[in-house]
Amino acid sequence: MSAFRGFVVKEFYHILRDRRTLLILFGMPVIQLVLFGFAIRNEVNDVRVVIVDPAGDHVTQALTSRLLASPYFEGVEYRTHAEGLERVFQQGQAKEVILFEPRFAHRLAHDGVARVQVLTDATDPNTANTILAYTTALLQAAGQSLAAAPPPGLRIVPEVRMRYNPTLKSVYLFVPGLVALILMLVCALMTSITITREKETGTMEVLLVSPLRPGQIIVGKVLPYLFLSLAIVSVILVLARTVFGVPLRGSAVLLVLECLLFIACALSLGILISTRTRTQQTAMMISLAGLLLPTVILSGFIFPLDSMPPLLQGVSHLVPAKWFLLIVRGIMIKGVGMAELWQETLILAGMTAFFLVASVRNFSVRLD
Amino acid sequence: MRTILFILQKEFLQIFRNRAMLPILFVMPIIQLLVLSLAATFEVKNTPVSLIDLDGSPTARRLVARFEASGYFTVVHRTYDPAAADEAMQRGDVRMILQIPAGFERDLRRDGAAPVQLILDAQDGATAGVVQAYANRILGDYTRDLQVTFAATPPDPRAHPVLDVVFSHWYNPELNYHYFMVPGILVLLVTMIGTFLSAMNVVREKELGTIEQLNVTPLRKRDFIVGKLLPFWILALVELSAGLVVARLVFHVPMLGNLALVYALTGVYLVGMLGLGLWISTFTETQQQAMFLAWFLMVVFILMSGLFTPIESMPGWAQKLTLLNPIAYFIEIMRRVLLKGAGFADVQPQFWALVAFAVTSVTLAVRQYRKVST
Repeated sequence: MSAFRGFVVKEFYHILRDRRTLLILFGMPVIQLVLFGFAIRNEVNDVRVVIVDPAGDHVTQALTSRLLASPYFEGVEYRTHAEGLERVFQQGQAKEVILFEPRFAHRLAHDGVARVQVLTDATDPNTANTILAYTTALLQAAGQSLAAAPPPGLRIVPEVRMRYNPTLKSVYLFVPGLVALILMLVCALMTSITITREKETGTMEVLLVSPLRPGQIIVGKVLPYLFLSLAIVSVILVLARTVFGVPLRGSAVLLVLECLLFIACALSLGILISTRTRTQQTAMMISLAGLLLPTVILSGFIFPLDSMPPLLQGVSHLVPAKWFLLIVRGIMIKGVGMAELWQETLILAGMTAFFLVASVRNFSVRLD
Repeated sequence: MRTILFILQKEFLQIFRNRAMLPILFVMPIIQLLVLSLAATFEVKNTPVSLIDLDGSPTARRLVARFEASGYFTVVHRTYDPAAADEAMQRGDVRMILQIPAGFERDLRRDGAAPVQLILDAQDGATAGVVQAYANRILGDYTRDLQVTFAATPPDPRAHPVLDVVFSHWYNPELNYHYFMVPGILVLLVTMIGTFLSAMNVVREKELGTIEQLNVTPLRKRDFIVGKLLPFWILALVELSAGLVVARLVFHVPMLGNLALVYALTGVYLVGMLGLGLWISTFTETQQQAMFLAWFLMVVFILMSGLFTPIESMPGWAQKLTLLNPIAYFIEIMRRVLLKGAGFADVQPQFWALVAFAVTSVTLAVRQYRKVST
């Protein structure tokens, strides 16, 4: 046991002595959280739009100012002819073009209908769809006010309530996601090279002839990083709460415990990678190039999982960050407790156990 | 020239001798391109709904059928107890609760107006907004149809002038999300492989002690840098080609622009990114530090590139920061050239930004390397 303690202490020293890496490890997550927390939004606003208005009468001018007054749009150009629109999109000057028909007011007054054409740059389908919806809604609302009498007949009145996040802030969505992304990568990256480095620099033999058992070596390697990560996550959570005002509706203790579980999971995944690779380069390529995009895309961090094809929803079950995100959002934003989260917790615990057992087995094979 | 060829040969041998690296370089990116492009969509489909239909009238039932037929909603949970619906939302089983009050049909016939309640899980605010827009559209369409059945006389069009909004979605009329994401994700894969590899390269020689051997050779600095960058440059272009084939054959991404232009621009872009990797490599002490820094920059570049969330949505200062982001330029270029058929003239500002970036990063790397070797 004292050999084990000595080993853990030695590992701690290793980490603490490398000031530069420590600085990187603490500085990076903080900068990332602050930067992304403020910068990443998926609301659509300030869309640049070109308005083509050959009529130029009082109705089209009223409609134009109505559109531009809304926070969604920002006019870039007002022209009277429709030539060269292809250029507008190809040079990325605007995402939408709104064309009024000639003699607009006249048509509206005499035929009771006037045509507006909306062209969107649909290379980004999501934005295209959203701005079309905004434009239609704004024009129709403006059109209603043009009418002499109130519109006749039926109305189904939707009473909408936005649960958990009534002001629709994207910070609520992204901050927990960033916590998951940062922890996953920092943790996996830290441990993924611990054993390969010993292999590469030739110190592995020393470890192998020591009286330490494979399990002890692995736990000894993980422990210091566990403390380090816990410190990192505390800083992140405090920032989330104070700087971004993300609520903490559930239990803080539970949140910290779940973070600890996820850290353990990521660290043991790193260790598993470490036992399976021979060079630091390979280990880091796997943990970086292999984990970065799946964690961003398949965890529900940015893209809603519900809309993915069923097969990919299946794949997303294998991404630890997906479960952690459900847990963090559940605790922080919905204020739920263990009663609702035990399944996710169990799955994360199962993954952690699997990674640890697999690492120990891989490792002992190499001992022979 | 011959020295460069020798270094090239040595570097390639080094890359390919490491068997574990081959699948990482060639298989992993392609699999990621396939899987992640399918996953990366903001499209909102099949939102799971809990239905509380307290009316049960044919009008209410037809409304629910409208919701289901739209493809945007799937009723997964039916109850008469609002508390049960609440619980389902807490558990995360449903994202919307649709409550139709008792007397819905009667009120509609008698008063011409009746409420329905929509309760949305708004943790993801943007998606909730889209879901609400869909729900409103369905309600609006349904109301118009009911008008015909319920009302006696059609309204006079001239008393209620309408704006007839017609639309067309250019470049991507079916709003296929893959067209948008595949070029972007391809950029990332090419970038990551190249930058990570070059970031680890020199520092690896430092860590293993082989850098001294290189320093005592009569190798010129310029040849050294070229020899270090060229293999990754070639590798990344091979990756790009493989990715383009996948994009074309699997995702049917339109490629309207000139492919030669795509390659030329990628070539310039890669010089910049590889130079950046090399620069990191020259001032770090361990491969671990180099990787962390490369990862840090990469995540910042990716998340602020407009790949996943539009740059226009960012606050002003963040939009200015993206002017320093090479990935943002390159993604813009790829999307414009491939999807819109833009020519060189259209992407000139982006091109010059990439040139400036390449010159800066290579200069930094060369200068920093000199300091290390003396």
